[in-house]
Amino acid sequence: MLKIENLHVRVGGTEILKGLSLELGAGEVHAIMGPNGSGKSTLSYVLAGRDGYEVTEGRVLYDGVDLLALAPEERAAKGVFLAFQYPVEIPGVSNVYFLKAAVNAVRKARGEKELDAIEFMRFAREKAKLVALDAELLKRAVNSGFSGGEKKRNEVFQMAALEPRLAILDETDSGLDIDALRIVSDGVNALRGPDRAMLVITHYQRLLDYIVPDRVHVLVDGRIVRSGDKTLAGELEARGYAELGG
Amino acid sequence: MTAPQDIEGILAKRYDAGFVTDIEQDTAPPGLDEGTIRMISGKKEEPSWLLDWRLEAFARWRRMREPRWAKVEYPAIDYQAISYYSAPKQKPKLESLDEVDPKLLETYAKLGIPLHEQKLLAGVAVDAVFDSVSVATTFKAKLGEAGVIFCSISEAVREHPELVRRYLGSVVPTTDNFFAALNSAVFTDGSFVYVPKGVRCPMELSTYFRINASNTGQFERTLIVADEGSYVSYLEGCTAPMRDENQLHAAVVELVALADAEIKYSTVQNWYPGDENGVGGIYNFVTKRGRCAGARSKIAWTQVETGSAITWKYPSCILEGEGSVGEFYSVALSNHYQQADTGTKMIHVGPNTRSTIVSKGISAGHGQQTYRGGVTIARGATGARNHTQCDSLLIGNSCGAHTIPYVDVQNRTAQVEHEATTSRIGEDQLFYCRARGLSEEDAVGLIVNGFCKEVLNELPMEFAVEAQKLLGISLEGAVG
Repeated sequence: MLKIENLHVRVGGTEILKGLSLELGAGEVHAIMGPNGSGKSTLSYVLAGRDGYEVTEGRVLYDGVDLLALAPEERAAKGVFLAFQYPVEIPGVSNVYFLKAAVNAVRKARGEKELDAIEFMRFAREKAKLVALDAELLKRAVNSGFSGGEKKRNEVFQMAALEPRLAILDETDSGLDIDALRIVSDGVNALRGPDRAMLVITHYQRLLDYIVPDRVHVLVDGRIVRSGDKTLAGELEARGYAELGG
Repeated sequence: MTAPQDIEGILAKRYDAGFVTDIEQDTAPPGLDEGTIRMISGKKEEPSWLLDWRLEAFARWRRMREPRWAKVEYPAIDYQAISYYSAPKQKPKLESLDEVDPKLLETYAKLGIPLHEQKLLAGVAVDAVFDSVSVATTFKAKLGEAGVIFCSISEAVREHPELVRRYLGSVVPTTDNFFAALNSAVFTDGSFVYVPKGVRCPMELSTYFRINASNTGQFERTLIVADEGSYVSYLEGCTAPMRDENQLHAAVVELVALADAEIKYSTVQNWYPGDENGVGGIYNFVTKRGRCAGARSKIAWTQVETGSAITWKYPSCILEGEGSVGEFYSVALSNHYQQADTGTKMIHVGPNTRSTIVSKGISAGHGQQTYRGGVTIARGATGARNHTQCDSLLIGNSCGAHTIPYVDVQNRTAQVEHEATTSRIGEDQLFYCRARGLSEEDAVGLIVNGFCKEVLNELPMEFAVEAQKLLGISLEGAVG
């Protein structure tokens, strides 16, 4: 489903990704682990289409299509979803209104019927239940005054509603206590499916105790230096990134 | 809120009120002297007291200087180059809408304001002013049953002279300021509303102002009187064709609320703002003021200002009656080279008077936006309270936002609060929205509507939808 080939990316003149290659099939969950500054967030932003990330070499194919040629909203319409490490606040715009706009924009782009307010409310309540999101949060302004855990749960809720084919979770575990981590992970696990691929980006192994990946890749200094099965995560925890760097 | 896909369609339309109606006009030659005023007064068959009133205002105006304190820049206006009267040629008096020139009805239909009563949204009565004259007032009969008078001010001068004479100029005197004096001298039409004691006006009243002729100024005069214990909600909309020249609009609006009366006055102002290089557009120099004359009376101004090359406007409240309430909710948007210097004055005279000011300014392109507000607590205004909230939103790096609050408190028991914020639409917000599938335009619309929500909530439903669409159109090309 996703094929990244020899990807080189510069940010503000500095090369961050230096020849990253990765293949992710439908139904698979891959974890990308790496120390701070290794390029984890750069990878997630490049895949989602953020401005300011200059691809100097390599390509990304998504279902055979050149993903990098698409605008962020086109990628979303094609089923790419990024769960943000730092979800953004939008004051005055209710969470449920925002999501309705997003879901309908995506449905429209896919040629599906848009949901009216009543249909959407029913749909949203169902999805909120799936990730144990307090219905009260639906009414509040997008991420405004949300706790760290609420923000992350809200990301997973949006993911549930947008039903992506490729979900990229950027450090979804950061800033979560153990209970919140469990709730968020349960939500993510509920969304695993044979047609959906997930790229779970994390600094710590503990998330992978809850979201068990099919493959683990170690990202150091802009390159994947090792790949393996889920046991690699445990190994990393024990030995640290330094030893894997070379 | 408007679904984003609606905004998308609208974005493509840009200033869609910019057409010109080809209609036979009776237009006075440019120039302004006593003769011009006698001509206007004569055309309207006015009583001599009104002609005298106009002439006195004109004499005062000639001794006044154009105000220069606002943070707006424009070349000197040649008041002799403007035509002060322009009217569509038609039969002098209309008995029903069927007699209105179909081209005029077509114009209003294009603007989304069908005057045919059967097509009207239930519960909205419309008075339409085309250049200098009122062309149609709908739902007159139904309002008549309730005792509400809603007609053009010219008609009110003829049919209800005692009311007009009593209240005209009672809130905004002829000498109030340069533009108010000019308006008093040359006003051509506008709306008049009188709501009798204890009557809750059965429908929203609405006026649409349209400038069509070139080289003319529009000087309308609106007077609304809410008698004791009455209530009225009044909506005002404005559009003009796209022209390369600047046109002057200098209106005066006076509101009077007697004891326990409430007036809600909402404006969606979409005069032609000029093109993206700042060529053309309306100079909107307007004096709006309400007088809460009676105890517990209330006046609320809500405005969404997206149009005009220059806006100079401070809808204000004089809070005389004990416990009277003044409110001002404003969204003002300046894109391209638009300039807006707008705000309000809350003048607390009576005890226990309260006022609320919520101002949202949005600047984009090279737009300049100034909030100018005055809160005055007079010596006798014991227990008076004011809360002001003033937020600015910047889009891009070439625009400006300025906040100039004046506060004058002469009573120690008063409470005056002022809050202000300035923020910018962030690249991170836009990216977040786009990563969820929204286009950049929709994302901007969403964020701006969120910013303005407190004010849009104060607008009647149909107007709120229109205002949201306008905000979307007006911000086209602001990002990216």
